[in-house]
Amino acid sequence: MHKFLIRSFVSSLVLLFTLTVAAVAKDVKAAFVYIGPTGDHGWTYQHDVGRKAVEAAGFKTTYVEGVPESADAERVLRQLANSGHDVIFTTSFGYMNPTNKVAKEFPNVKFEHATGYKREHPNVSTYAARFYEGRTILGTIAGTMTKSNIIGYVASFPIPEVIRGINSFTLAAQKVNPNIKTKIVWAFTWYDPGKEAEAAKALIDQGADVIAQHTDSTAIVQMAEKAGVYAFGQASDMDKFAPKAVLTSVENNWGPYYVDRVKAVANGTWSQKDTWHGIGDGMVVISDLDSQMPADLRSKVKKLQADLASGKVHSFTGPIYDQKGNLMVAEGKTADDGMLAGMMTYVKGVEGDIPK
Amino acid sequence: MIKIVKRDQPSRAIFFFTPVLAIILTLVAGGLIFFILGFKPFEALKFFFIVPIADKYGFSELLLKATPLCLIAIGLSFCFKSNNWNIGAEGQLTFGAIVSGGVALLFYEQEGFYILPTVILAGAIGGMLYASIPAILKTYFNTNEILVSLMLVYVSKLILDYLVVGPWSNPEGFNFPETRQFSDSAKLPLLFEGLRIHAGIFLALAAVVISWFIFYKTYLGFQMKVSGFSLKTAKYAGYKGKKMIILVFLISGACAGLAGVGEITGPIGQLHREISPDYGFTAIIVAFLGRLHPVGIIFASLVVAITYLGAETAQIFMQIPKYTGQVFQGMILFFLLASDYLLFFKIKFIGLKK
Repeated sequence: MHKFLIRSFVSSLVLLFTLTVAAVAKDVKAAFVYIGPTGDHGWTYQHDVGRKAVEAAGFKTTYVEGVPESADAERVLRQLANSGHDVIFTTSFGYMNPTNKVAKEFPNVKFEHATGYKREHPNVSTYAARFYEGRTILGTIAGTMTKSNIIGYVASFPIPEVIRGINSFTLAAQKVNPNIKTKIVWAFTWYDPGKEAEAAKALIDQGADVIAQHTDSTAIVQMAEKAGVYAFGQASDMDKFAPKAVLTSVENNWGPYYVDRVKAVANGTWSQKDTWHGIGDGMVVISDLDSQMPADLRSKVKKLQADLASGKVHSFTGPIYDQKGNLMVAEGKTADDGMLAGMMTYVKGVEGDIPK
Repeated sequence: MIKIVKRDQPSRAIFFFTPVLAIILTLVAGGLIFFILGFKPFEALKFFFIVPIADKYGFSELLLKATPLCLIAIGLSFCFKSNNWNIGAEGQLTFGAIVSGGVALLFYEQEGFYILPTVILAGAIGGMLYASIPAILKTYFNTNEILVSLMLVYVSKLILDYLVVGPWSNPEGFNFPETRQFSDSAKLPLLFEGLRIHAGIFLALAAVVISWFIFYKTYLGFQMKVSGFSLKTAKYAGYKGKKMIILVFLISGACAGLAGVGEITGPIGQLHREISPDYGFTAIIVAFLGRLHPVGIIFASLVVAITYLGAETAQIFMQIPKYTGQVFQGMILFFLLASDYLLFFKIKFIGLKK
């Protein structure tokens, strides 16, 4: 009996050791959950480019596309967590509650949720990009290139992320051209080529000669191409869809972050974080500048890009006033992340009201 | 030589056999598609139809998915049996969810045994109200119920959008388009620890039993059947058509509304923009695949539910595009409609004679 106990103790030690070694040497597998098809040339497409970077770094990846934000998301997450994935990236806001729910049940699996704010368990991180920095660039270009001084903006939902983009864009445009007005059409969708094209058309009919967008399809740049006005690509370089209209694009570049986080899981150094990276960290990338832009504008934009990256310039530098003329950010100050995260008022120069 | 002969009467055996034939043909065609796409067909079919339900959790997810499909399809069978083409179950589901979600939010952070029944009832009433629009327009203004009920789907989704973006959005939610999470007292109880299957399944089962009773044991069921065969006969027999039309729409709407309640007070637990992956439309396939028979609908809802689960599993384990799930749903309906040809015609093999 005594011998048996010792033997089983030793053998279980050996087993434990082998298991530990196996765990360290085990390949880390990453999973990605997408809201749309990988071929949308926008939001999901760019996340999939990031996934491919993870593959190129030598890790195995899995993805599930077109996962609705209905009751189905939770099942997909649980299935991925159950089938040997060590880190799961959930790339749409609507996965926030299911992500936290499933994370609770799988404490050994890491969860990375894009654009959300809930980190209810130590194995949940959130990440987002400072797209507003890219919009500062777009605003500068739009303010310079417009002739009608009316700039159209197709927006998705009245959430801080989108309001922040509109403000950052308008502030930059005003800086180079104090007379501009930003007209907004709310499409109430992230991806609906039909609705987006209609919204763009409505703005062009109201005299806008530069169109910016905060929705994901290529319909807007294509509509701009047809109407002979300028536009900017969203999420991916959309130049090939509208070579004449697109002046530049703001690209979402998730690859470096994804590789970084998967490596951290592999090394055992992963910890909960709330990441908000911009141009400086390479999460927001400005595509090639179109040759239709005057050379001095192009060099100005290049410099602005470098200054945003180094932190010398901040998109929200005072004095900033809201639509009613109340001071939002005092002269010489910059808006802090708390203010940016909850931004729900338009700055002066934006037309209309935020839908309530 | 093969000859096609018209049947004197639709064959009853074929009537119940064609759904099975449609499923078999779908499997064969699906295997062929997988093969063309470069996947091993049998392995792909295994990941599609067997792996997802191989464990307890998978099976509970199948039931969870089949519950709204079954409930809506039962409701729709009332309409379809009696020649009323309610295409707008998705809208009735959405509106039912809106009304019941509104009531659930009203009881936010309150407790009481009466809350859940009120929330459920509100959903059924919401669905009925919404279904009454095409019904009343059809009976009193002779409008086409297909168009009206279909268009109202989009209206209901816009109402939901408006509410979750605006007045009902979570005050602590940074204006994201979603409401607060409902309190536990407004949520359907879970049946097993760790599984998502909830008490809503009893609503579906009750609907199955009640509909069977109405279809085959009541005067209303008989009226529906006669109207389904021939509206003229129904009129000749002196049935009050209007009353029946409104009644079947109300039943259908109530079922769809309850399916909406099941989703938002079950696995979702709040209102947001995407409460249903088009259950209301998929349930049309389920109703026909189940031959508008309550028991048939149970089986059909399970078959269609598995195409959702299978598509996810096949993508996770074999990188097969997830949208093949929808291809399968489409194929089932296509083969069903195609094989219904056999209901009315038979194929005769005739030996060559001099």
